[in-house]
Amino acid sequence: MGTLTESPVHGHKRETIEQAVIRFAGDSGDGMQITGNQFTNTVALYGNDLATFPDYPAEIRAPAGTIPGVSGFQIHFASGQVYTPGDAVDALIVMNPAAMIVNLPDLKRNGILILNADSFTENDLRKAHLKSNPLEDHSLDGYRVFPVGLERLTRAALTELGLDAKSTDRCKNFFALGMCCWLYNRPMESTFRWLDQKFKNKPLLAEANKLALRAGYSYCEATEAFQVSYEIPPAKLAPGKYRNLSGNQALAMGFVMASQKSGLTLFLGSYPITPASDVLHELSMYKDFGVLTFQAEDEIAAVTSALGASFAGALAVTTTSGPGMSLKSEAMGLAVAVELPIVICDIQRGGPSTGLPTKTEQADLLQALFGRSSEAPIPVLAAATPGDCFWTAFEASRIALKYMTPVILLSDGFLANGAEPWHIPELRDIAEIPIHFATNPETFKPYARDPQTLARPWAIPGTPDLEHRIGGIEKEDVTGNVSYEPLNHEHMVRLRAAKVEAVAQEIPDLVPAGDPDGDLLIVSWGSTYGAITAALGTAREKGARSGHVHLRYLNPLARNLGEILRRYRKVLVPEMNLGQLALILRAKYLVDVQSYSKVQGRPFKQAEIEAKIEEVLAER
Amino acid sequence: MATTTLPMYTKKDFQTDQEVRWCPGCGDYAILNAVQSVFPELGIPREKFVVVSGIGCSSRFPYYMNTYGFHSIHGRAPAVATGIKIARPDLEVWVATGDGDSLAIGGNHTIHMLRRNVGIKVLMFNNRIYGLTKGQYSPTSEFGKKTKSTPYGSADQPFNPLALAIGAGTTFIARSVDVFQPHLKETLKKAAAHKGAAYIEILQNCNIFNDGAWADVTEKETRSEHVVALEHGKPLIFGKNRDKGIRMNGINLEVVALGNGTSEADLLIHDERNPNPVYAFLLAQMHETPGFPTPIGTLRAWETSRYEDIVAAQVRDVIAKRGPGDISKLLHSGDTWEVR
Repeated sequence: MGTLTESPVHGHKRETIEQAVIRFAGDSGDGMQITGNQFTNTVALYGNDLATFPDYPAEIRAPAGTIPGVSGFQIHFASGQVYTPGDAVDALIVMNPAAMIVNLPDLKRNGILILNADSFTENDLRKAHLKSNPLEDHSLDGYRVFPVGLERLTRAALTELGLDAKSTDRCKNFFALGMCCWLYNRPMESTFRWLDQKFKNKPLLAEANKLALRAGYSYCEATEAFQVSYEIPPAKLAPGKYRNLSGNQALAMGFVMASQKSGLTLFLGSYPITPASDVLHELSMYKDFGVLTFQAEDEIAAVTSALGASFAGALAVTTTSGPGMSLKSEAMGLAVAVELPIVICDIQRGGPSTGLPTKTEQADLLQALFGRSSEAPIPVLAAATPGDCFWTAFEASRIALKYMTPVILLSDGFLANGAEPWHIPELRDIAEIPIHFATNPETFKPYARDPQTLARPWAIPGTPDLEHRIGGIEKEDVTGNVSYEPLNHEHMVRLRAAKVEAVAQEIPDLVPAGDPDGDLLIVSWGSTYGAITAALGTAREKGARSGHVHLRYLNPLARNLGEILRRYRKVLVPEMNLGQLALILRAKYLVDVQSYSKVQGRPFKQAEIEAKIEEVLAER
Repeated sequence: MATTTLPMYTKKDFQTDQEVRWCPGCGDYAILNAVQSVFPELGIPREKFVVVSGIGCSSRFPYYMNTYGFHSIHGRAPAVATGIKIARPDLEVWVATGDGDSLAIGGNHTIHMLRRNVGIKVLMFNNRIYGLTKGQYSPTSEFGKKTKSTPYGSADQPFNPLALAIGAGTTFIARSVDVFQPHLKETLKKAAAHKGAAYIEILQNCNIFNDGAWADVTEKETRSEHVVALEHGKPLIFGKNRDKGIRMNGINLEVVALGNGTSEADLLIHDERNPNPVYAFLLAQMHETPGFPTPIGTLRAWETSRYEDIVAAQVRDVIAKRGPGDISKLLHSGDTWEVR
């Protein structure tokens, strides 16, 4: 329970609490993502730790007021550390009955439900398949319900502006945002700034939204609607500068950083695909960093153009999601054969095929590890949090350049669109990426090897007397000439495998979080990091002797993983797939790991992991 | 301004030590010979050349050229080459491809590279057959052609490669023939001088799987009756005795005999710089129209902005306007806050 204090005005009470989870939901045209992002910004600037979960439909504008058109944005913020966007919702703000029906199951009992009363008409109820009006049939009795005429009140607030009806009604999300700012005691200045920027050329719209925002705030202040408002003090994050960052933004910035630290031009070849497109959008803005973005005619041209750019001496990147990844397979095999650096990013989504384009999943692990013809090993890295996408992009680039190899980077829809406060690094703390182009014709052999990394030299066009040919046909060791020799082929297959395996020499040894040995080890990778970290904390508080290792490197694996697996009585591997990492661990280490799968297009909840831990520990 | 002297290149400088492995008698040898003869004369440092290919007999080309070379995967050479050219507009990028590589599996990349006008020269070896896979019909094989995969004749209508290139907005379009060495070399030189995308169809014989693919064009006895050489600013005249010509009739072309009141003045004067692609399109149809000769030479040579130059200019303009990117500023962009 929090502490109650008397608010100076109107006798409202203000309660100090540790954390809250709120969700905005409405039509995909209602501006719920914007509302959520703006609230996130105010929360971040206030100094809370936070995690967000935008959840939107694949349809751009499904019919208004219908269930398929519901778009949501959830944010979890706290005075302590936040690992997940939150399991259950404390406050739900809905713009229409369909949004309410879809999201109500996640609202806590006695939770706050703010609903747009103007949208509970017969027509809207019918579109949500409701036989009776929930405002009248007592079906909402278990919640604290606040019906607010968002449209009516917004119109009243904006009446002086002389804006058309449609534009006026589109401001109602900011009225709701204003209410939330009051409810959680948040300043609105950052949103004012954002509106001024966004509507630079339409000052009337900026003014309208500001008015709506203020009106929502004042409405709560003036009416007795809410008895209590909440205060969540700033979190004690590590000292330093912070900003809010989504996974896709972080990925884009990580590549720009790698370009700066290597001195290479960044080239992105990409074909639009959800949820990866934002990386293309971000990087296409960074022309002042000399970034070259190429929106190719298809996924294959996206990766092969990047490979061409790599041959020409650029830091080459391609971004996609699962189905696009499939299309890139052949070119990835070529990248393995020609041994050129390139980073292939797969922002995973629900599949197979088109699957669930806007929903998250991590079922492309086996595709990343093995989805090519023949023996075509590629290092695979996965990001754990939105902010970690920055570091993973940088590390993937570094490995690609150092070992002259394609590298696959796995992210997913949850990380791509989710955001968290990000501790901005100091430039001096980030190491340079040394690049050594071959220049000496006396010693140059296209397929000679660096003894430590097994990398071949990178000789770029324009270098006199290093003219050479590369290609997909098997190469003779050292010379790089075409060779069909049986023993040379076996040698090259093993050499390529050894080169990728050599990356393990610089993967830091894993140190389990929690207990270094004991009853249970959780092994995970990718976006499940937050939910598992939070759940492990709870389990250990309850007395379970358990540890957690989260893998950034999925190929090769850390050298001490096998040893760690044997320190615990049981090993649990939660994944948003049917047990792909579990399969690898079983095959590689002969350890009887248990897989825990969830494939619903949604991330694990902390409570689900907690329950599973208890279940596993209860087994004899 | 400092001037650097280019080495005096010879054909030998562009030959590799690799054994050339095409079938004896293959038209590819003649094309290789022409390219190796022309490159030394272009006044370009050897290290600036990149030869890119896909898959097929023609795509072995880079291994035999002592330049930078990239033998990629089936159909993807235009995309690989586009990446090279965007990253390094200073390079001279040539693509060696065939009718299958360029028009079947790589059709998509071909048309998009051409429409963007990336400064890449495409040598499309057209032998109207799949050679490397041993004799299946190709997208340019004649309707009804009997091959290993079409024992009862092909049901496909063939592509007209030059018409396709025109449709894609290609700025340089030409046709030559493997065995017409002087003509082929001249055509290559003209393509090299063109700044934008160039698509050169080279009629090439596959003596193993499609011998005589272009016999009507190449046979010494009939050649002059079946071929019209396009020359900018000159009338379209052909025939052993130069007694036939091409003239406009409404929106169509027609073959006319000279004499009997018809003179050169009535004939079509070739204008490769005509910005209207309809003219080049009419020329491209001639080969497929009975009674018409096959045009060789440059159908179209019309310069406009190159893709890679536009891309580079955007980067330059943004840097000129905003200054070079400051990574620290980028990291701190948006709203930030400090935790003490």
